[in-house]
Amino acid sequence: MERYECNGCSYVYEAGKGDPHNGYPAGTPFSALPDDWCCPDCAVREKPDFVKLEETPA
Amino acid sequence: MTTQTLSEAANWKDGKRRLWMMGVLWPALPLISAALALSTGVGLFWWLTPVVIYGVLPLLDKLVGEDTNNAPESAVAALENDRYYRLATFLFIPVQYLSVIGGAWLAVRGGLPVPDILGLAVSVGLVSGAGINTAHELGHKRENLERWLARITLAPAMYGHFYVEHNRGHHVRVATPEDPASSRLGESFYAFWPRSVIGSLTSAWHLEKLRLERQGKSVWNWRNDNLQSWAMTLVLFGGLALWLGPIVLPFLIFQGFIGFSLLEVVNYLEHYGLVRQKEASGRYERCKPEHSWNSNHTVTNLMLYHLQRHSDHHANPMRRYQALRHFEQAPQLPSGYAGMIVVAMIPPLWRSLMDKRVLAHYNGDVTRANIHPPVREKILAQYGAAHPQSVEA
Repeated sequence: MERYECNGCSYVYEAGKGDPHNGYPAGTPFSALPDDWCCPDCAVREKPDFVKLEETPA
Repeated sequence: MTTQTLSEAANWKDGKRRLWMMGVLWPALPLISAALALSTGVGLFWWLTPVVIYGVLPLLDKLVGEDTNNAPESAVAALENDRYYRLATFLFIPVQYLSVIGGAWLAVRGGLPVPDILGLAVSVGLVSGAGINTAHELGHKRENLERWLARITLAPAMYGHFYVEHNRGHHVRVATPEDPASSRLGESFYAFWPRSVIGSLTSAWHLEKLRLERQGKSVWNWRNDNLQSWAMTLVLFGGLALWLGPIVLPFLIFQGFIGFSLLEVVNYLEHYGLVRQKEASGRYERCKPEHSWNSNHTVTNLMLYHLQRHSDHHANPMRRYQALRHFEQAPQLPSGYAGMIVVAMIPPLWRSLMDKRVLAHYNGDVTRANIHPPVREKILAQYGAAHPQSVEA
């Protein structure tokens, strides 16, 4: 499962969970998020600021 | 701050730990003033709250001075997890509601003369305004409890949309010309107030509209965070009107106006004239310590949960108030926020104190500041080529 971490607040985006509150349902791959998608926790980092983490077994 | 050891963390004590409970004093002020006015019969006591906030706090800031102490990084995790600090912010809320509800009851049933009711309404309004500050601390957190409490705390000031706009609007666009809540060089508080009030409201509405559209829902949906938060105000005001009669509504609306205006004057001084530069990619540079005005004045910091360590807050919005740091490179206000809000309400005094500080911050190059477009030519003529040497810190 692909995981990307906010480099500001340590929130982790997991495609399996998505970001449903902001309209990106579970299963949305990170690549499908728009560039201006911002961290749902701190809101001061955007997609290009996220760092890819080691993948975990799905 | 490079080599922190575990023993440093163990030995470090938060000197302000107990003092954070002082934040509860602010919402208690109208209750204290009512007790004094009713027991002595001296009507002037109804004005105690604004006198304390606009007069006594700035004086105490001057007397007590500044505190630049930062927790060592190794102590931050334990400091953030210490639930005592959360309790200090939670306790604000019942006292706030006691002041709002008690104030409404006294205004309607207290048989007070109009000037006393006016003093009471201003006092309760200043509590609702401070409530926005408490809601601000709570609304940045991940925990659901804190996020719900944030909205309950916003309700008396009629500013539920702050919950949406502040995090996803203001923090994203802070210190750019696009942010309605970042004031500009040459812009008076009275020009800023409508721009920020209307701009924040429309931005909050737009943010929720886009979010709900992505979910395939209409903006007119009960999941709209703005509508939910405003509903809390409706329930509170409606409930009080049912109990005390509709005559309470002018009191409630007036105190709400005072409340959100207190927030707006604080907004006004937090980023005055400061601007983020655009990078080659077209994105704004990340918000840095130099994009917020700070103050280490101890007393106001205790009353406002370190809101004045504003640079660290914008760099790390999730950081809890007790762990916010002072940065040497962050621009400093000449006084605490309590004193500066009085100055901000007197535009010539504000500009004589602050314009030179904005200029000094940009080494005399006024073109690097966030200039208010309607007065741009005037500002350039005044601070541009005409007087490049007249800048002092």
